[in-house]
Amino acid sequence: MDLKDKLISSFMAFENNVDVEHPVHDVRMAAIKNFEEKGFPSKKEEAWKYTSLNNIQKIDFSIFPKEENALEYKDVKRYFIHEIDTYKIVFVDGIYSSYLSETTHDGVDICLMSAALTKPMYKPVIDVYFNKVASKDESLTSLNTAFSREGAYIYIPKNKMPKKPIEILHFSTGNEASLLLQPRNLIVVEENAEVQIIERHQSLTSNEVLTNAVTEIFAAKSAIVDFYKIQNDAPTASLIDNTYIDQKDKSLVKVHTFSFGGKLTRNNLNFYQNGEYIDSTMKGVTILGEKQHVDHHTLVHHIEPNCESHQDYKGIYGDASTGVFNGKIIVDKIAQKTNAFQQNNNILISDKASINTKPQLEIFADDVKCSHGCTIGQLDEDALFYLQSRGIPQKEARALLMYAFANNVLSSVRIPELKIRINKLIAEKLGVNLGFDL
Amino acid sequence: MLKINDLHANVDDKEILKGINLEVKAGEVHAIMGPNGSGKSTLASVIAGNENFEVTQGSIELSGEDLEDVSPEERAHKGVFLSFQYPVEIPGVSVTNFMKTAINESRKAKGLEDMPAKDMLKLIREKSELLEIDRKFLSRSLNEGFSGGEKKRNEIFQMAMLEPKVAILDETDSGLDIDALRIVASGVNKLKSKDNAVILITHYQRLLEYIVPDYVHVLHNGKIVKSGGKELALELEEKGYDWLKQETAV
Ligand SMILES: Nc1ncnc2c1ncn2[C@@H]1O[C@H](COP(=O)(O)OP(=O)(O)O)[C@@H](O)[C@H]1O
Ligand SMILES: [Mg+2]
Repeated sequence: MDLKDKLISSFMAFENNVDVEHPVHDVRMAAIKNFEEKGFPSKKEEAWKYTSLNNIQKIDFSIFPKEENALEYKDVKRYFIHEIDTYKIVFVDGIYSSYLSETTHDGVDICLMSAALTKPMYKPVIDVYFNKVASKDESLTSLNTAFSREGAYIYIPKNKMPKKPIEILHFSTGNEASLLLQPRNLIVVEENAEVQIIERHQSLTSNEVLTNAVTEIFAAKSAIVDFYKIQNDAPTASLIDNTYIDQKDKSLVKVHTFSFGGKLTRNNLNFYQNGEYIDSTMKGVTILGEKQHVDHHTLVHHIEPNCESHQDYKGIYGDASTGVFNGKIIVDKIAQKTNAFQQNNNILISDKASINTKPQLEIFADDVKCSHGCTIGQLDEDALFYLQSRGIPQKEARALLMYAFANNVLSSVRIPELKIRINKLIAEKLGVNLGFDL
Repeated sequence: MLKINDLHANVDDKEILKGINLEVKAGEVHAIMGPNGSGKSTLASVIAGNENFEVTQGSIELSGEDLEDVSPEERAHKGVFLSFQYPVEIPGVSVTNFMKTAINESRKAKGLEDMPAKDMLKLIREKSELLEIDRKFLSRSLNEGFSGGEKKRNEIFQMAMLEPKVAILDETDSGLDIDALRIVASGVNKLKSKDNAVILITHYQRLLEYIVPDYVHVLHNGKIVKSGGKELALELEEKGYDWLKQETAV
């Protein structure tokens, strides 16, 4: 049985374990129908031209993990930003781990999607927001919606800000030979509220994992959201991340994506500007080696006037790694005075590595400022010589230059300990110890 | 200390250095002057080991050791230093961290442990005072957004930190105002000793009033066409370089 059939048939088993009377279940049923019609995207589709899911579909994934596997904090501590205090929503093989988590209901709700989807007190929020910005058309989003049951639920009321950043961590323990995870997150940040979130998927063994995640973020008027995605997973872990963001007047949402590992990673990052004076920022650092593949698909839809969007993605590709950057910007006719910037710079450090980069602009308004630039290059030889002439060996000199190249993206990370962590990951990825924390 | 014999170097199959002979002994200061495009920066780069230039003939010896096939970093470890005409910007890496890396890599190459943090701080303080560099300056990203003068001063700060045997200063004076020039020159003079040597590449006599050379060489079209004492620099200042064209035409 192929993966699609297996998923469709397991939907019935899934229904035995959820409340089919809840209105959310109508949403799930519509979604499974859409997935059934469309199936997995193929390379024939323009948006999937450079990323093939064929091999993934050959894997016999377990869709519901059979047993729980407890993790010791000390064994996974290094995946947390443990230098600082954080709220934590932690899942082990898709199942919530209360032992590793630290949730709260103190003025804000930082808890579980499973609770939000079942308990009456959350119903008003679910009714207004659940599946409202996520695509009903895109098949993998529909697949996630159909099986939506667990994930992070974050609700920040008006004028509030949680006392500390929130970490969402997904561990897979290798309990199953191959595991499919479909976390579903909902993040609602009300007027003038603020939140910082760090998300990470981590496979702890060499068993296959596929994560098909959907995150919906709603930023109300003047809300501020900082979202950091750390993608440094095992070589047998693949991720399809679908993030949808709805922004209202004067809100400020920044998403940083750090892609350093995993087998196949596809980031679908979609911003919808439903208001004026909105700022949307997407930044990414991608450093790949071996046969890793990362595909960044971004979309910013400028729907109203006077908004800005900023995209800055840096990529460093070594070995036989491959990358894709596809940045789509739509400016509606009424969205005058839009400022849309997009930058994608890449360095290829191996002959076998490759990157496909493409801006896609659909501009229907006339009074807009829109700039975009893609570059593909090698390391600057003069700069390399400069560093070497100071006694820094070539390998370390190259690493410093790559770090400098990516630095612009790092400068906007607002959690210092996270920045240090990212720097360490970069040094690790580049295989150097520079004798100081980058 | 540094001995250059019949050095020829190419870039992209074009010959730029066409037979340079130069000997610099410990304790000496040599000035290399000459019109734009004569090959001064190329000579400096080739001494420092820049692999973009191909040495086709001749040799460079440092304290009797042939530097052929010695990488730029190894040359640095052996005591070669080049103050760049155009220093490179390295965003995200502070001056301090850069110097820590450079010094510890050099120590590592010599089989030494990393310099203890306390000693490093002391050294940085001492050398930054020598060049009247503000502490805040040291935490800025290397050369990023530095003015021309700041970049040059920072180059000499690096020289002070690394204490090379042979320092080549490529147009360190250009872009410096008179106060900065004085600070930089006095820094270089303080670093001078009987055990090291300095090669000053410059267009102007101005710098040579502060750092007095033992020898002055004129480089033209990839060759040293004239050498003399410090009075040659004055002569060049007066006459310009037009006479070179006639002389080489003859
Ligand atoms: N990387 C290079 N590629 C091509 N030509 C070069 C390169 N570097 C220097 N040159 C050429 O070599 C000659 C000498 O340049 P340079 O050494 O910079 O002179 P100077 O420092 O005396 O002004 C010039 O004609 C210059 O154009
Ligand atoms: Mg020059």
